[in-house]
Amino acid sequence: MNLYTKRLFVNRFNLFVSLLAMLFGLFWLAWILYTLVVAGFTALGPSLFLQMTPPPGSSGGLLNPIAGSLLMAAVGTLIGTPVGIMAGIYLAEFGSRGWLAPVTRFINDVLLSAPSIVVGLFIYEVYVVHTRHFSAWAGTMALALIVVPVVIRTTENMLRLVPDSLREAAAALGASQWKVITLVTVRAAKAGIVTGVLLAVARISGETAPLLFTALNNQFWSVDMNAPMANLPVVIFQFAMSPYDSWQHLAWAGALIITLGVLVLNILARVFFRNRTPTY
Amino acid sequence: MSAVAQTVEGLTPSPSDRSTVSRSIPDASLRRQHRLDQLFRHTTRFFAFLVLALLVGILASLLIGSIPAFRAFGFSFLTTSHWNPVTEEFGALVPIVGTLVTSAIALLIGIPVSFGIALFLTELSPPWLRRPLGTAIELLAAIPSIIYGMWGLFVFAPVFGDHVLPLLIGTLGALPVLGQLFRGAPTGIGILTAGIILAIMIIPFISAVMRDVFEIVPAVLKESAYALGSTTWEVVWNVVLPYTKVGVVGGVMLGLGRALGETMAVTFVIGNAHKLSPSLLAPGSSIASTLANEFTEAVGDLYSSALIELGLILFFITFVVLSLSKLLLLRLARSEGQRT
Amino acid sequence: MNAAVLQPAEQAVNQKIRVKGLDFYYGAFHALKDINLEIPERKVTAFIGPSGCGKSTLLRTFNRMYALYPNQEARGEILLDGENILAPSQDLNRLRAKVGMVFQKPTPFPMSIYDNIAFGVRLYETLPGREMDERVEWALRKAALWDEVKGKIKQSGTSLSGGQQQRLCIARAIAVRPEVLLLDEPASALDPISTGRIEELVHELKADYTIVIVTHNMQQAARVSDYTAYMYLGNLVEFGVTDEIFIKPKMKETEDYITGRFG
Repeated sequence: MNLYTKRLFVNRFNLFVSLLAMLFGLFWLAWILYTLVVAGFTALGPSLFLQMTPPPGSSGGLLNPIAGSLLMAAVGTLIGTPVGIMAGIYLAEFGSRGWLAPVTRFINDVLLSAPSIVVGLFIYEVYVVHTRHFSAWAGTMALALIVVPVVIRTTENMLRLVPDSLREAAAALGASQWKVITLVTVRAAKAGIVTGVLLAVARISGETAPLLFTALNNQFWSVDMNAPMANLPVVIFQFAMSPYDSWQHLAWAGALIITLGVLVLNILARVFFRNRTPTY
Repeated sequence: MSAVAQTVEGLTPSPSDRSTVSRSIPDASLRRQHRLDQLFRHTTRFFAFLVLALLVGILASLLIGSIPAFRAFGFSFLTTSHWNPVTEEFGALVPIVGTLVTSAIALLIGIPVSFGIALFLTELSPPWLRRPLGTAIELLAAIPSIIYGMWGLFVFAPVFGDHVLPLLIGTLGALPVLGQLFRGAPTGIGILTAGIILAIMIIPFISAVMRDVFEIVPAVLKESAYALGSTTWEVVWNVVLPYTKVGVVGGVMLGLGRALGETMAVTFVIGNAHKLSPSLLAPGSSIASTLANEFTEAVGDLYSSALIELGLILFFITFVVLSLSKLLLLRLARSEGQRT
Repeated sequence: MNAAVLQPAEQAVNQKIRVKGLDFYYGAFHALKDINLEIPERKVTAFIGPSGCGKSTLLRTFNRMYALYPNQEARGEILLDGENILAPSQDLNRLRAKVGMVFQKPTPFPMSIYDNIAFGVRLYETLPGREMDERVEWALRKAALWDEVKGKIKQSGTSLSGGQQQRLCIARAIAVRPEVLLLDEPASALDPISTGRIEELVHELKADYTIVIVTHNMQQAARVSDYTAYMYLGNLVEFGVTDEIFIKPKMKETEDYITGRFG
């Protein structure tokens, strides 16, 4: 085989392999989603949203874990977002001088890729041990600690995209720096920042590990933040590993609900961002 | 008179229009603005400090929590595989090896596949398919890890164990040296399965980064290679990849970080055994899976402390990987003159 | 190189801005070299010169816009109505309320047209609703934009065309009633018709404001300005009445640039 034919062959072969890779990826996606829909669908029904988690062997619903997850995700986002936005503002607007900004950025990257189970461990050590019991507050704080690095990263990136000429135009009118930042720069980056928050919410919605030793679980209905609170991921974990059919059905239903929620959030974030980004 | 002047004529300027604003700004209000500026700067600075404090806090609490275990086992903790809660003898070797091996498998499978996907999306795919296919792959990243775990345990493992593993054992297991990796009962639960599932999980991350950096390669660069008669593959391998190596390395590190810390997907399928075995088919454990399985049931200070020390080790591993990747990226960027 | 400064014939014209021995540095780079210049009040002064000559840099010292960035430093004196604005005691916000600026690229804020104009006003004045409406209308009329936007004043500023956005920025700058207007290549991003409108505007505005305009377009400088400064590589080469600079420049370098022999 001469050189040219060989090169052509290599080219065709590798491109073919890339097609296989694509199909490989799609194959898993299809299989997982298919499994999820088939197994979870059969357990879907109004009772899912109206009844509490049942004792082993009986049927029931997922009302308390759904409520618990929603509550903790909401509070966790509420706590984590302002922290993240403020720190992101510092990094983008005041970060050109001094040592704090580069160090913070590096640390933020560490926290972003830190295993979420370590975050749970940390909250366990500093909060659960001291209060001597598991609680929704602990779970909420663990979730907030996962929200913060995501929001910091997206906020900083979005603020950096705002062109300097906009900042200068506001400063040229005599606006003081805090006004330039809050009234003009942040406002210009609003769509991107909101998208970042949505992505953070999507991320914590699927997290199990940080809740394992913080919020634990609760068989009954509870909105007491100081007590263990039911949440979908831990319930799914417990039910799936159990030998009871009814529990396993519920686990799949819960899995389907979480996946749908996360997918919807991701799509929302994408659509929101595309529609609202101003062209600079 | 111009149109502009005509329209302005209609407005009679009042006497106050002749004066300017700046003469009448009181000093006090300017001082107040400066104070507010300072307050704002200090507030945002405080929150940035909080991030620093967070890291210090995590390290401190993990270190403090590990002290009892460290006092009891010292550095042999890292080299012992014995794990007995009853006799309170703990060794981290099995979880550490499990973490590293599953991540290695994930990278071995994940990197080529991600590369293939990125290559397909940027060079082969018809334009109208690009967005939907790209979104589909990104959906893999959106699926929560606990779903991967459930699917892995209830759907994938049985199929894998019944149909694929016997083949592997028969073919690869018969090889002289490598065969050791593929011996044992084809239960479908074990290190290999965990590694494969991790690979599927990190593919969307690595391929998304690769795709992003492939797309910003300047067209002129590729065109000059094509103009010399290169095939598509040669352009990608010889021009695109070297140009984007900084981004590619970044993407791989991102995937590695995720694989090292992944908990739920691994916990379901790794088997959770504290025994070292040369075979990939055997059950094992990773640090994250050990923590997930045993932490809430740990009785006794030494047990909990050993687990916390495991957490510390995991945190340390991810920290080292991240730092190394940042150093590598810095060095690459510097040698290339700061190109992304 | 010393500037051949032509003293304006009528001494009655007030010198609004006096630049004395100004040096400017971007880090170690010496961007402006010993600039001595006087900007007459209520006239249009143009800065011209090839790319990189320092004309924008000089313009931006007049409202100390460079202070937003580290490593940029100005030395010397710039007297605005007799007060040195380079002094550390100079309040930057007060200075910028007095000296307005319009940039090369239109920069509407992400808010309604009304709020864009009102933004600057609200910084230093508390006007009741009706007075604010009047001020917004006045500014938009002065910028020759009112008729085009009066029906959609609550719409976003970014929904306007490029030429309209730039006039919005001019209206925004005027609304706070500054004394000096700095225009940094205000029409370079616009089409010829919009450019013509902007030039008309400059002509009308000089009755009330001292205007300094940077332009890379010599013909524009000739059309619009009363005085022109020619700069090259950080030096002020020549300054004088526009007609004289363009018809009979004193320095050969000026003549070479104006006749297109280089640049």
